[in-house]
Amino acid sequence: MSLKDIVAPFSVWKRAFEKPYTNRKPLDTRPGAPRYRGFHINAVDTCIGCGTCEEICQNEAIDLVPVKETRHGDSGLRPKIDYGRCCWCALCVDICPTGSLGMSNEYIWIDDDPEVFRFIPGYDEKSWNHAELGYRRAEGYDLLEGQRVGMPMLSFEESRKSFVEMVQGFSAEQAKAEADRCIACGICVATCPAHMKVPEYIKAIRDDNMAEGLKIVYNANPLPASCGRVCSHSCEYVCAVKHKGEALSIRWLKRYIIDQIYLGDYQKILDEGEPDNGKRVAVIGSGPGGLSAAYYLRLLGYQVTVYDANERAGGMLRYGIPEYRLPYDQVDKDIEYIRSLGVDIRQNTRIGADVDFEVVYRDHDALFFSTGLTDPYGLDIAGEDLPGVLSGLGMLDDVTEGRKPDLGASVVVVGGGNVAMDAARTSRRYNAEVTILYRRREEDMPADDEEIHEAQGEGCLLITQAIPLRIEKGDTTRLKLFWGRAEMVSDGPGRRPKPVLIEGSEEVIACDTVIPAIGQAADYSFLPEETAARLTFKRGYVEVNEFHQTAEEKIFAGGDIANPKRDAISAIANGHSAAKGIDIYLRLLQKERATF
Amino acid sequence: MVDVKQNSQRSKFPPVDAVTGKSRYNLLSGKYLKIWQGPQHPGITGNMSLELTVCGDEVIECKTHVGYLHRGFEKLMERRKYIQCFPLVCRICVPEPDFNEYLFAAGAEELAGIEVPEKALWYRTLTLEMARLASFLMWIGGQAGAFGMATIGQWTVTMRDYVLDLFEELSGGRIYHMYIIPGGVRSDLPAGYARRVEDTLVMIEKVLKDIDLAMMHNAVFKKRAVGLGVITPGMVDEYGITGPNARGSGIRRDIRKDLPYLVYDQLDFDIITEEGGDAYARTRVRMRETAQSIDLIRQMLRKMPAEGPFFRKLPNVLHWKVPTGQTYVQAECTRGEYGFFMVSDGTELPRRIYVRGPSYTHAVTLMERLAVHVNIADTAGLMVSLHTYPPEIER
Repeated sequence: MSLKDIVAPFSVWKRAFEKPYTNRKPLDTRPGAPRYRGFHINAVDTCIGCGTCEEICQNEAIDLVPVKETRHGDSGLRPKIDYGRCCWCALCVDICPTGSLGMSNEYIWIDDDPEVFRFIPGYDEKSWNHAELGYRRAEGYDLLEGQRVGMPMLSFEESRKSFVEMVQGFSAEQAKAEADRCIACGICVATCPAHMKVPEYIKAIRDDNMAEGLKIVYNANPLPASCGRVCSHSCEYVCAVKHKGEALSIRWLKRYIIDQIYLGDYQKILDEGEPDNGKRVAVIGSGPGGLSAAYYLRLLGYQVTVYDANERAGGMLRYGIPEYRLPYDQVDKDIEYIRSLGVDIRQNTRIGADVDFEVVYRDHDALFFSTGLTDPYGLDIAGEDLPGVLSGLGMLDDVTEGRKPDLGASVVVVGGGNVAMDAARTSRRYNAEVTILYRRREEDMPADDEEIHEAQGEGCLLITQAIPLRIEKGDTTRLKLFWGRAEMVSDGPGRRPKPVLIEGSEEVIACDTVIPAIGQAADYSFLPEETAARLTFKRGYVEVNEFHQTAEEKIFAGGDIANPKRDAISAIANGHSAAKGIDIYLRLLQKERATF
Repeated sequence: MVDVKQNSQRSKFPPVDAVTGKSRYNLLSGKYLKIWQGPQHPGITGNMSLELTVCGDEVIECKTHVGYLHRGFEKLMERRKYIQCFPLVCRICVPEPDFNEYLFAAGAEELAGIEVPEKALWYRTLTLEMARLASFLMWIGGQAGAFGMATIGQWTVTMRDYVLDLFEELSGGRIYHMYIIPGGVRSDLPAGYARRVEDTLVMIEKVLKDIDLAMMHNAVFKKRAVGLGVITPGMVDEYGITGPNARGSGIRRDIRKDLPYLVYDQLDFDIITEEGGDAYARTRVRMRETAQSIDLIRQMLRKMPAEGPFFRKLPNVLHWKVPTGQTYVQAECTRGEYGFFMVSDGTELPRRIYVRGPSYTHAVTLMERLAVHVNIADTAGLMVSLHTYPPEIER
């Protein structure tokens, strides 16, 4: 203790003359820092209602509530936040795949009603809804992975030389890494026509539980080896992770599960189904719709006979899709399992020619037909009947049957759908120079993006806004195709613009083969007239109810003839719901009738 | 340190039980009084309380009571995914949450084998030192206030608020920063941040000088703090004392030096010790460490890399399975050794996370011993001089 200890403390008296540090509320306001984690904002039109914010919130402060109509890729739900629970950690902002969720730098909100502190950011009118400042996920910090795991594929130089499958499949490590990207929001489930439980089978991959994965897949899709390769994957177009960059490779993850399991082990893993119930159902057509209906009917205990006109089962899966996309042994894997359950598949049996429709109708308790679109549309131009003009489907059919198509050195494919791409890429594999003509713009092409990309990668020349005019005999080549340039003309609001020929823009391509692949129509000639009269049709489609029952109660229909999506997975979904419909019809309605 | 047995010979004090070493007193005699200090008392550090038995104004027995703040963090974490534990851990210690964030992140990263980018290591160290600074500033106020010098408390709490402003600018939160996340940190430094940190440091230094005059060179403070709550060097290991409480007794013990973590091995500093082991020595250690913290922050702002990532991508946190294993990670917080013992069984949820807070030792066992024979008016000062925060006692 010294004199200093007595005197020194008094030296800080000077501080009495300093300005006070405090803010004088409410005269002074102090805005939160630019990164302040204040009240939530949400760009409701960017938000897709995936619910990942709800999932990560450890306080369970977030509930997703309906505010909009459900659309493709948008659940219509939006997060409602309870400020009685929120701790402002902002993990919801960090994880938000669309980046719609953020926080403003507002932090004062006074109300005497506690209920108002549960609100829907961005949807409820709040003064901070358009705040520029506040917490956002920083550049360089991300909790989700936007980049896909690359799929090992043959190079274009390799792939165009043979029919070897181009996509080689994931390794276990790759599949797990890809499966890890999933946020399990389930928007894919809502979008998949068959409502496959995608997040669940992806979880099975992460857990390395292939048997569980197989069960989940077969619950909604009995043709996964095929679908895992050629599904039109509408799920991937709506995948929430796509908003971060690239969608999950959902289709290839499904394929991964199937590739890991030997067909001989299926029976040990999958459900046996119910015992025979003594009822018989006929299925016409062994495409994805027919096989799906057959599988689920068989599981329900029905005796199922499938009639198919082709030499081998699979329909378009086998005859419409080239082997480099879907190897035949994979189609066989799917079909063999269905056959092994006791489904009787009769090939080379065309209804109307080999068997009478009436006989089939009489001998079975119910009937499902899924005969597909088999009649190719013509171009409707002069010279279409010249030798060297082949239909796309016909050409693909020939290749499947092992007949080498007569293509010559150069081919022009007309059309922008998957069949056109398949015809073009198959022609490349026969060393032809290939040109694809399409009436509209590239973004209007109905073919899958990767099909278009791969076709071009393999050397097919794509000419868009090109309308074929006429075909003539060639000078040095077999044919000459005359075509004109089109301009896109608006066709009214909400409708896609239509191509209109620019007069005098005629050009010519010398080629050996022209392959029109502009779609096909259904062929109902197998139906007897009186049966056809009992059914109703609309724009070529058979009209059905939600269980795919036609106007004739014993007849059900599905696949391309009954749904405008015209893809395998929709046909599979149709087959499944028809199986349920037939079961309800045969089990319940008939019982009811017996009672009354 | 006054020996208990010797004192008991004075008639005023009750006899001591030979087996338990505890006083045997008869409350009905009217000679002794039980007083609760806390849980609502200005002289208690947070939500805990001391059950004091006094004879006149001298404490003859002290019992620490906790449980007022139990929120069950460790149990809550067992039901949460790793990423969901991240907003929880900071709440285990309110005045310096960053050590919890760091240790939780470091433990998870070690179990998962994740290496953090260089820049994140610097940013983490920076926030830890800023947290230390803020925590010490608040503590100085508490120590001064406990001896009746509340004005000093107002200065330091203001200074702490300026540090909180810096945290707000960096992380978006003043108290719970939630800045250090497994994988790195959540954002880069804002533009011009170093300059604003420096401005704040200059301001704090000025106040520290005044505090040195008003507190460290204050006859009243010295009179009350010198000789109060003496921790002998021998008690340090016996009680498991760490941090300034140990360094105030001349023990050179600091995890930043003994087991360097983050970038402490690239910083220039010494372990600060004082002799005496009393409340005054501990105050001196903390005052000097406050200044040291300022120096460390300056060093870091000079040396840290300007370029590079501050975050390494984690596996998808929504189903992050941390590999099976266990680890103990530790860091030197303002109060001593802070540790996280983490066990993973390979699932998405931690099997067990045990938090070792230094306050457990200091506020319970040590305080119960040191309070005996202390004047009741000094118990608050003694309590604060041990620098304890109840939430880390009751995780």
